Amino acid sequence: MWKWLHPYANPEVSYHFSGKLLPWLSAFAALFLSIGLVWALAFAPADYQQGDSFRIFYIHVPAASLSMGIYFGMAIAAFTSLVWQFKLADASAAALAPVGATFTAIALITGAAWGEPMWGTWWIWDARLTSELILLFLYLGVISLHNAFEDKNLAGKAAGILTLVGVINLPIIKYSVEWWNTLHQGSTVSKLGAPSMSVDMLWPFLFCFLGFVLLISVIVCIRFRSEILARNSIRPWVRDLVAAHLNQEKTNAV
Amino acid sequence: MSVVNLSYRTAFSLVLKRDLTIALRHKDDILNPLLFFVIVVTLFPLGIGPEAQTLSRIAPGIIWVAALLSTLLSLDRLFKSDHNDGSLEQMLLSPQPVFILVLAKIVAHWLITGLPLILIAPLLAVLLHLNEQSYSALILTLLLGTPVLSLLGAIGVALTVGIKKGGVLLSLLVLPLYIPVLIFATSAIDTAALGLPYSGQLAIIAALFFGSLTLAPFAVGAALKVSTN
Amino acid sequence: MSANLAANTEPALISASNLTCIREERLLFDQLIIEINAGDIVQVEGPNGSGKTSLLRILAGLSQPYEGEIRYKNQLINQSREEFYQNLLYLGHLPGVKGEMTAQENLHFNLTLHGSNINSGEIEDTLALVNLAGFEDSLASHLSAGQHRRISLARLYKSTADIWILDEPFTAIDKQGVHSLEQLFKAHIKQGGCVILTTHQDLLSFAPSQVKKITLDYMGE
Repeated sequence: MWKWLHPYANPEVSYHFSGKLLPWLSAFAALFLSIGLVWALAFAPADYQQGDSFRIFYIHVPAASLSMGIYFGMAIAAFTSLVWQFKLADASAAALAPVGATFTAIALITGAAWGEPMWGTWWIWDARLTSELILLFLYLGVISLHNAFEDKNLAGKAAGILTLVGVINLPIIKYSVEWWNTLHQGSTVSKLGAPSMSVDMLWPFLFCFLGFVLLISVIVCIRFRSEILARNSIRPWVRDLVAAHLNQEKTNAV
Repeated sequence: MSVVNLSYRTAFSLVLKRDLTIALRHKDDILNPLLFFVIVVTLFPLGIGPEAQTLSRIAPGIIWVAALLSTLLSLDRLFKSDHNDGSLEQMLLSPQPVFILVLAKIVAHWLITGLPLILIAPLLAVLLHLNEQSYSALILTLLLGTPVLSLLGAIGVALTVGIKKGGVLLSLLVLPLYIPVLIFATSAIDTAALGLPYSGQLAIIAALFFGSLTLAPFAVGAALKVSTN
Repeated sequence: MSANLAANTEPALISASNLTCIREERLLFDQLIIEINAGDIVQVEGPNGSGKTSLLRILAGLSQPYEGEIRYKNQLINQSREEFYQNLLYLGHLPGVKGEMTAQENLHFNLTLHGSNINSGEIEDTLALVNLAGFEDSLASHLSAGQHRRISLARLYKSTADIWILDEPFTAIDKQGVHSLEQLFKAHIKQGGCVILTTHQDLLSFAPSQVKKITLDYMGE
């Protein structure tokens, strides 16, 4: 069943494969993001209640849902690496973590910025914002644990175990925070969220969402390639690559 | 002399007895986290003011947060000294299943640090003017919740035990995992103060307990193998 | 040599294929092949930092190699973990002795954990064999590092494991102690066990041809 995957399990093959993929991903990411953002920020209709401040929704909601999605992606990579000893999965988990943390931070900052005109305060213990904050802690834990180990192989395994523990806890934390939020919710606060979306809002939203997905793929692809190089630095093919690169620079200088 | 296959129960009680013996001969390990618990709780009235009404409103949160922190403080002793003197690698090299040995160590940790918290908590509840109807909820949530703290905390220590400055990192890893216990435990105590049934929250904490009891020892075992590598 | 020929018909006690170990981006050994049979005494040699301890830990299953696998009697050790660890005695740099417990309690715990059924009379006798008579009930925190070492070495006298992996067993042990340990190794390999060890000293009780050597001198590039 896994046989077709086998060539991609070779670090050298997947390094070159992801290198070929990269320009295409970058082009599509730029295309979708620019269309989506211009459409959303300039042309889509303003919300009848919230006015133009509603437009931050086009960034906040994709960032928030992708921040969770990246964590699940990381967990799948960690699981593959721990169960099947699949070393490249480790590299992809390591490539994902800082990207996920950044998107979580974006979701938090845009959420706060959205809350300011709505409630007149930068922070409110809204269920989604609180979950995002805890998710950020989980990401930072994984990243710091990864950095604390000198040996990249061990770092990957330790971070993988923590990611799996985190992914089991994530739904529990999310549920408990939502439950906590409804329990303590004052009557004046309305939930941070979108009104039912009309079609002229849906299209720019989908473009933005897809654009962000592509942007993440581009960043992860770049990080994945450098993780592969760092982990295989003693391999001849990496040394050849470096030597070729250095020669190139020399001839360029001349 | 002969080689015998220890039954799981014998292996479990062998390690449990050893850890309890060590703790009883090194009583600071028991007393210090307990003292920390008491001092942290005492600081709140000094910081907030002595009004009984305010204190009784925030008492569940204070007691539970202090319990989380004092557990965190005591987690290090779970594997650190065994790691430093080589007994941990000997345990991993024994033919006994690792999760049995790990479970025994966690149970010992709870008996040494969790149980004393429960015994002293009613006294602190008096100091904080906790609502009288809440006492049983306080004890029950601590009884079900503190083992979860030991179990989840063990994963964090197992991951950081080989790292030189693992202490601060440990709190970053472990505290977010403690949030559900904190939320449901304090809510159970608050609900009890209103005279309402709180069995729902207790059931959720019980589910967390059984979930972590079955899964945590395996995660700890895997993490220890990485840390001793 | 005849003992070795006879042993060849049986599967190797412990064997390793294509072992590669990388530590801190340094290649310690590459594609190492090891086969150790019953009756072998193997000395791992090499300068400091050449990976002697890493190799012993990998053979014991404590560390994972970058590549390669370890087999016990032709079975992968992570697939026959229980059987392998019943037949392995590994003593590393650290003695695994708790300061809060007495010499006797320490030895009893270590032996019982590894499956030996032993009574307190036997424990006292064993401690006497490593010159700890009279210290049975002293807390280990009151004993010296050399005495800790001897508490952990005492397990060898009661061991039923085939494979002994010993990392610098002679550290902090006097001449007399080294001699009696070597006699113990002799008896052990005669009974069909094997010993894998690192030491800076020569094994005086063995003929040089009797000691197999694994030399680690891969210094990277």
